[in-house]
Amino acid sequence: MAKQLTIFIENRPGRLNAVTESLNKSNIDIRAFTIQDRGDYGLMKLIVDNPNRAYLALADLGLACALKTILAVSVSDKPGNLHKLTTALAEKNINIIDAYGFVLQPNKVGVCCLEIENIQDVPAKKVVEDAGFTVLEDEELYNL
Amino acid sequence: MQRPALEALQLKRLREIANFSIRTPFYKKRFAKVGINSGDDIKSLKDLKKIPFTTKDDLRQNFPRGLLAVDMDDVVRIHTSSGTTGVPTVIYYSRQDLDNWTDLLARSIIATGATKSDIFQNMMTYGLFTGGLGLHYGAEKVGMTVIPASAGNTKRQLLLMKDFGTTVVHVTPSYLLHIHSVLPESNLTVSDLSLRKAYIGAEPHSENVRLKLEDLWKIDAYNSYGLSEMNGPGVAFECIYKTGLHIWEDGYLVEIIDPETGEEVPQGQQGEVVFTNLIRAATPLLRYRTRDLAFLIPGTCECGRTHRRLSRIMGRTDDMMIINGVNVFPSQIEEVIMKIHEVGTNYLIQVEKDGAIDKLIVKVEIYSKMFMGDARQLDGLKGKIKDDLRASIVINPIVELHEPGFLPISEGKAKRVLDLRPKF
Repeated sequence: MAKQLTIFIENRPGRLNAVTESLNKSNIDIRAFTIQDRGDYGLMKLIVDNPNRAYLALADLGLACALKTILAVSVSDKPGNLHKLTTALAEKNINIIDAYGFVLQPNKVGVCCLEIENIQDVPAKKVVEDAGFTVLEDEELYNL
Repeated sequence: MQRPALEALQLKRLREIANFSIRTPFYKKRFAKVGINSGDDIKSLKDLKKIPFTTKDDLRQNFPRGLLAVDMDDVVRIHTSSGTTGVPTVIYYSRQDLDNWTDLLARSIIATGATKSDIFQNMMTYGLFTGGLGLHYGAEKVGMTVIPASAGNTKRQLLLMKDFGTTVVHVTPSYLLHIHSVLPESNLTVSDLSLRKAYIGAEPHSENVRLKLEDLWKIDAYNSYGLSEMNGPGVAFECIYKTGLHIWEDGYLVEIIDPETGEEVPQGQQGEVVFTNLIRAATPLLRYRTRDLAFLIPGTCECGRTHRRLSRIMGRTDDMMIINGVNVFPSQIEEVIMKIHEVGTNYLIQVEKDGAIDKLIVKVEIYSKMFMGDARQLDGLKGKIKDDLRASIVINPIVELHEPGFLPISEGKAKRVLDLRPKF
């Protein structure tokens, strides 16, 4: 399954810059990112072309980061599609901890990245596929 | 009481306390070394100097019963520093010990001009902390109407003050400042209340803070001093003239020493305060080093009392911090942090003023290898550090998480405590 890179970043000037500088130096291509604000710190979540290399570059700087398994679902950009996806998961009582989405232009394909509670133990992938969606595996996601 | 009579009483009590002390293995050994085998071997107050100092470490090493000098059946109260971490200390009190302590508190209250007609609201924490219960019984002995409000819940404090016409409060100076700042929210002004006096203690404060409190509240504020090792509050208290704290010398022998050499300093010079408790048989403590720095005020007080006066506390000889009236050692915080695997070994303790209230911020670093990229993990971690600290030091801290490498490294003498409160 696809990997998301999560980085612990203190909420003060220059810290995000230190992360982007490192990623830039390592030639990492960012597909999508979001930051979860937690007050004194934030959690930056990244989809990149090479998560392992990005992880090592940041860990070398001493940053607290983690590679997390997520469910990356291809959702065509049409009204009602996100609802259809969440309905499928809700019916099976599968909890989404955090989520974000992005749309790739020009082919109008939406990607929905879901952090699922107990992802190893629940059939999230199957549920989503049964609902008619495509789950993007590692390289498919990174090379969009 | 004239000094010669006072000194005769002190000697009599010192001999009695020495006899109790000898019942403890700790003092028996110490006394034997200096040739004191009973109270009768103490010929004059000068002989006190033969006895070595007692320290907080001695109390810790003799926990729980090494300094207990009476039968456990005769113990009616315990006050202890016992938390979930660190080596605790304990003080036992017999019925008579509590009565002696209560008498001195009643005397302290009377010295400020308060009477049985006063309504006394005790805003110090009740429980193991001696500040709450100590004054409580003293005020009852005077015959005051006692409201055992304990600390916190400011709106309720104000309601009690208003409903019952509180005339005297016992409170930390910072909390009394804070309560004043809450008056507008409660739609109250000072003139809606009946407050006339405040006993302020448990944390060091300047003369300016006293004057500010007196001005804001239109009251008289009296400095109160004590420490649990010497029973609690009521070791020294200001009289109506407010020119230093009368040490109740019939209960406590005082020495001011040079903390380096242990020698007594000339009167009027600042040094470490050392007390001998003359009125507690269950846990005798002789020549106890308080770590508090102060001096004896020369001359006599207008009130006519012969009990000498202690200055306000000028500082400490150790790294103890006083946060909202609670004594905290940085080592207590370190001990809690070091037990938590998700954080690194670097930390920073920051103390700030938030209005009148002290704020304790504990900054820790995330330990990279334990980071799972989960916000809930981090929330849980913060909560755990907070809970563990609260259990240990009885203060609710703010916990901040930081990136690895942000805080000063532990090599050398890193500065781990940042006290940003204004100095006085």
